[in-house]
Amino acid sequence: MDATLSILSAGGGITLQDAGRHGYLRYGITPAGPMDPLAHAGANRALDNPPDTTAIEISLGGVSLTVTGAALDVSLVGGGFRIDHDGWPLPCATALTLKPEARLTVRAGPTGAWCYLGVAGAIDVAPTLGSTATHTRSGMGGLDGRALRAGDAVPIARPRAALGEPSILELPWLDRPPGTIRVVLGPQDDHFDPAVVAAFLAGPWRIGARGDRMACFLEGDPIRARDHNIVSDGIAMGAIQVPGTGQPIVLMADRQPTGGYPKIATVIGADLGRLAQARAGDSVRFAAVSVSEAVQARRLAQEALAGPIGRRPLVRTDFTSEFLLARNLIDGVVG
Amino acid sequence: MAIDPTTNRDPTGRTVPGAARGPRVANAPRLLDVGEAALVVEFGQAVDPAVHDRVLALDAALGAASVAGLGECVPTYRSLTIHYDPLILDRAQLCRTVTDLLASAVPRPRAGRLWTVPCCYDPALAEDIEAVAAWAGLPAAQVAARHAAADYRVYMYGFAPGFAYLGGLTADLGIARRESPRPPHPANAILIGGGLAAVATVPMPTGWYVIGRTPERLYSGARRRTFLVEAGDTLRFEPIDAATFAGLEGRAAGGEIIARMEG
Repeated sequence: MDATLSILSAGGGITLQDAGRHGYLRYGITPAGPMDPLAHAGANRALDNPPDTTAIEISLGGVSLTVTGAALDVSLVGGGFRIDHDGWPLPCATALTLKPEARLTVRAGPTGAWCYLGVAGAIDVAPTLGSTATHTRSGMGGLDGRALRAGDAVPIARPRAALGEPSILELPWLDRPPGTIRVVLGPQDDHFDPAVVAAFLAGPWRIGARGDRMACFLEGDPIRARDHNIVSDGIAMGAIQVPGTGQPIVLMADRQPTGGYPKIATVIGADLGRLAQARAGDSVRFAAVSVSEAVQARRLAQEALAGPIGRRPLVRTDFTSEFLLARNLIDGVVG
Repeated sequence: MAIDPTTNRDPTGRTVPGAARGPRVANAPRLLDVGEAALVVEFGQAVDPAVHDRVLALDAALGAASVAGLGECVPTYRSLTIHYDPLILDRAQLCRTVTDLLASAVPRPRAGRLWTVPCCYDPALAEDIEAVAAWAGLPAAQVAARHAAADYRVYMYGFAPGFAYLGGLTADLGIARRESPRPPHPANAILIGGGLAAVATVPMPTGWYVIGRTPERLYSGARRRTFLVEAGDTLRFEPIDAATFAGLEGRAAGGEIIARMEG
């Protein structure tokens, strides 16, 4: 029997994402895909899904949902979100069987900006150009090319339900505090004086408030290229372009495929998610590494992802006494 | 041409001065890293058909070569961005492959196709043609005639699905782009701005000027041939009146290809 995830409430910017719509950049098609590819793959890995399986990307807007039709195993992996399962808090990296009508609520927590809900089954939406990744600006992928909203029914084909009670997922490699983001300089670092490149690396840069899936805006002392227009060329995820304002912009999953500002550096693949999980107001610095160092970091991330995931049963005493008091569960103990 | 791309950078990732970007051989492209999973081969700094021919020649050569770990290639006016999986394809190996292909692949005359694309310049559809006419000091009909008289090279897609950048616009119509974007243009708009022309499939706010509309779709997810034209093809616009537009629009909406291909 098929299952349906019913969206009870949803903040803005919650979308279905697989690993992205690759192969069509030459036709102006943005890949989209997850903002934090490693966390997305981790959510799938926790359910023994292929890493590019469609998952729900949850923004700071939060979501509340329930499953109908059949029980369904789900995982939650990403930033430090607050998760509530029928009135019980869950740790921010968890996997469980969601029983029909049980309510799962995911809200912004103390850290992180994106959280992935993996699903043991197939989110059954028609792919566009081979991918379900949602790109809202062009209305492509996902549910009708848009973000999820209250009242949506997300169909799940071939649901599996074997996990039972919630467990804590041990994913130490996803513990990546923002701070220093590694970059490979270029491809247009020669459009900047060496002192400007040094100033870019010295930072610090503050994450601006107007960021979204398209771009992360950096605020700090302006840096200027010798010429802030180039003849357009391709833009990779993580490319850091510097427009005439001198405030760098890191192009992310929903970026335009080409652009005409010089790009001083490119965030390495292993640190894309670390940057994506930074919040408005957070401070970051950039450190230049070589291509071979970036490849090594990428290899380490892939090996961590491929390794076994530790699981601990969730013991209710993992909760703070404040929480238990709030629930009136230990009345009489502290009287 | 001997390129030693491995000397682009020192071990800290900084650009080595002097010979850093490959030897200063005339016409030698530069190989520039875009992080650890893409390489851009830069053939020049300008919008130039000869440069673009070299971009397309390398694109075709890489497309024909079977290289494990090679991802998609993205041709632009003056460069080819090559995405790759560095855990499968080593950067130095990719650079050698590119260098070998550059040495052997002589840019051939373009085998691009010629497309005749119907275009309606009626001001009811060409929302900004009067503004361009005022700027150019020409009647709107002359703007349309001059736009329709040229052949346009498809340089690249970008910005949005099916947004094709075209070269070949007459200097008479070289109006600068707007300082701030206008509200979203209609689907399948014919645009000019900044000395270039474009066809824009998906409505978006734009800094360009809408001087016509075509019933043709360069991108249609509902059609077997999803993308109509390729970088390197040539477009020629054929003026049609509003009644003809309406008829062709209905046929195109049904999935029919309206533009005529020759060559």
